[in-house]
Amino acid sequence: MLKITNLHARIGDTEILRGLNLEIATGEVHAVMGPNGSGKSTLASILAGRDDYEVTQGSIEFNGVDLLGLDATERAVAGIFLAFQYPVEIPGVSNMNFLRTAIGSIREQKGQDPISAKDFLAKVKRCAQLVELDGKLRDRSVNEGFSGGEKKRNEIFQMAMLEPMFAVLDETDSGLDIDALRIVSAGVNAMRDEKRSFLVITHYQRLLDHIVPDRVHVLAAGQIVRSGGKELALELEEKGYDWVKEAV
Amino acid sequence: MSASDQNPLLDEFTQKEYEFGFTTDIESDRIPPGLTDDTIRLLSAKKEEPQWMLDWRLKAFETWKTMEEPVWAHVDYTPLDYQKICYYAAPKSKPQLDSLDDVDPEMRRTMDKLGISTEEQKRLNNVAVDFVMDSVSVSTSFKKTLAEKGIIFCSMGEAIREHGKLVRKYLGSVVPVKDNFFSALNSAVFTDGSFCYIPPGVRCPMELSTYFRINASGTGQFERTLIVADKGSYVSYLEGCTAPQRDENQLHAAVVEIVAMDESEVKYSTVQNWYPGDANGVGGVYNFVTKRGICETRAKISWTQVETGSAITWKYPSCILKGDHSIGEFYSVAVTSGRQQADTGTKMIHLGKGTHSTIISKGISAGRSQNSYRGLVQMTAGADNARNFSQCDSLLMSDTSGAHTFPYIEISNPSAKVEHEATTSRIGEDQMFYCLQRGMTEEQAIGLIVNGYAKEVLNKLPMEFAVEAQKLLAISLEGSVG
Repeated sequence: MLKITNLHARIGDTEILRGLNLEIATGEVHAVMGPNGSGKSTLASILAGRDDYEVTQGSIEFNGVDLLGLDATERAVAGIFLAFQYPVEIPGVSNMNFLRTAIGSIREQKGQDPISAKDFLAKVKRCAQLVELDGKLRDRSVNEGFSGGEKKRNEIFQMAMLEPMFAVLDETDSGLDIDALRIVSAGVNAMRDEKRSFLVITHYQRLLDHIVPDRVHVLAAGQIVRSGGKELALELEEKGYDWVKEAV
Repeated sequence: MSASDQNPLLDEFTQKEYEFGFTTDIESDRIPPGLTDDTIRLLSAKKEEPQWMLDWRLKAFETWKTMEEPVWAHVDYTPLDYQKICYYAAPKSKPQLDSLDDVDPEMRRTMDKLGISTEEQKRLNNVAVDFVMDSVSVSTSFKKTLAEKGIIFCSMGEAIREHGKLVRKYLGSVVPVKDNFFSALNSAVFTDGSFCYIPPGVRCPMELSTYFRINASGTGQFERTLIVADKGSYVSYLEGCTAPQRDENQLHAAVVEIVAMDESEVKYSTVQNWYPGDANGVGGVYNFVTKRGICETRAKISWTQVETGSAITWKYPSCILKGDHSIGEFYSVAVTSGRQQADTGTKMIHLGKGTHSTIISKGISAGRSQNSYRGLVQMTAGADNARNFSQCDSLLMSDTSGAHTFPYIEISNPSAKVEHEATTSRIGEDQMFYCLQRGMTEEQAIGLIVNGYAKEVLNKLPMEFAVEAQKLLAISLEGSVG
């Protein structure tokens, strides 16, 4: 599904990614872990098409398409979703209006008919249940006045509504209490299937107790320095990131 | 068979256009440029006005000659030569076109985006219409319903001839001739506009809009509108149009007066989309407007405006809260892009006890435009326990645009309470990226964010206007993030 080859990227004069390689097969869940400043969020932003970063070398292939040739909107239409680490507030725009506009736009760009109001509402109901998002939150302005946990649940709710092929979760567990972590993880797990892939970015091993990955990668100084099975996360938890830094 | 064989109203329309010289003899119906006593006499004679009206105009002209053009607004423009303006010449005359194919494609594109129907487009562009459009029959039934209730709603010209007593009593009672340079000029040379009277206790059963739209295409650059709501009555009045309006006239100096008697309520909504000039600031309408209402006891006046057009907008719809417990409201969205300049806001003059006013102003500036809110809240000595709440928000969409707030607060009564909140923000790149990541186009994202920002004001618009206004905001800001 996704193949990143020798990716170099910088913001301003600072090089953040330095030759990153990563391959994710269809239906797989991969976790990327690493210390602060290792380039985790940069990777997420670049995948989603944020243009603050300059890719200086390398390539990203997504289902045979050159991803770097697409803008953010086109990537979303192609099926890429980013659950943001810090979801923004959009005052005055209801969650429902936001999602209707997004879904309408994607369908239009794919040449599909607009979704009917009935189907839309049925889908909202189904997806909201997935992350226990109550009616009040659905009708409020996008993320406005939401608690940290509510914002993250809203991200997963949006993911369920948009049904992406490939979802990047950028530190979705940060700022979550145990209950919210359980709810968010259950939402993600419910969406796992053989056609959809995930990239889960996290600091902590505890999220991976709930969302069990097929592969774990350690990112340090802009490169994947180690890859392994889910037991690699436990090893990291035990030893900390220092030994990784030494390995670089 | 053409519908016009049967419909007397259609004849009225065609004659009206003829009267304004839309089709033939335009030249002969044009007064040479310049402004003298004779110009005003000629204008008044052409409109078959009574002597008192002519005298009023001439007096206004004398007053105007002693006045100086104001310079205090935060706008910059080449001074106008008032002797080069033509004061009677079918101000908005457009050539009669055979089909919509002859209309400027740019204009059509915008209209399509606004969702304006083909029939409406034809009317707006002065294309020969086969007169089966809905609004004609609608307006016929409107006229009947309004007449049954005793509501008078007609052009100012007609009102001066047919309802002279009412007009004479109230014209200039809210905006005196000498109020300002442009109100004096307007008083001397106004060509037409609307007059509306709602009898005591009558609730006007419809938004006075569709009818007005038809009416509007004949009114001049110096519009004069007078609304009189008698005791306990209610009316909601819509002015303007979301469709782009091209006009060769540079100066629009309109005056709107509202008289709200005891316990009456007037809602006045405006959508203004005059030609803003090109990207370099060449051309475009100067929209210098005086709008004011006076509230008697427990009366309420509510101004709602969406301003997207004009090269320069200079207006302050205001309320004089004369009666005890009267209420004034001002809700505004002003969008400027390109090289547009807007200096707009309101004045709330609290005279009576327990008077309340609310001001919500949302400025959006893009491109190289300048957008200013200027407002006065005045609590006079008699305004015991009066209250005001003001909220002025500015949204910047570019590094090169400006947002300014000039709030003036004058308090002469210790029991009065005034609250003022102001914010300035930039349209967030984070917000934009969030929307794009969810699959929206840039245009959709801007539309969504801006409409969310302006929602409090847009919600105050009557339904039929609100939908068009939302699209208008998005279109006005197309391609202007950055």
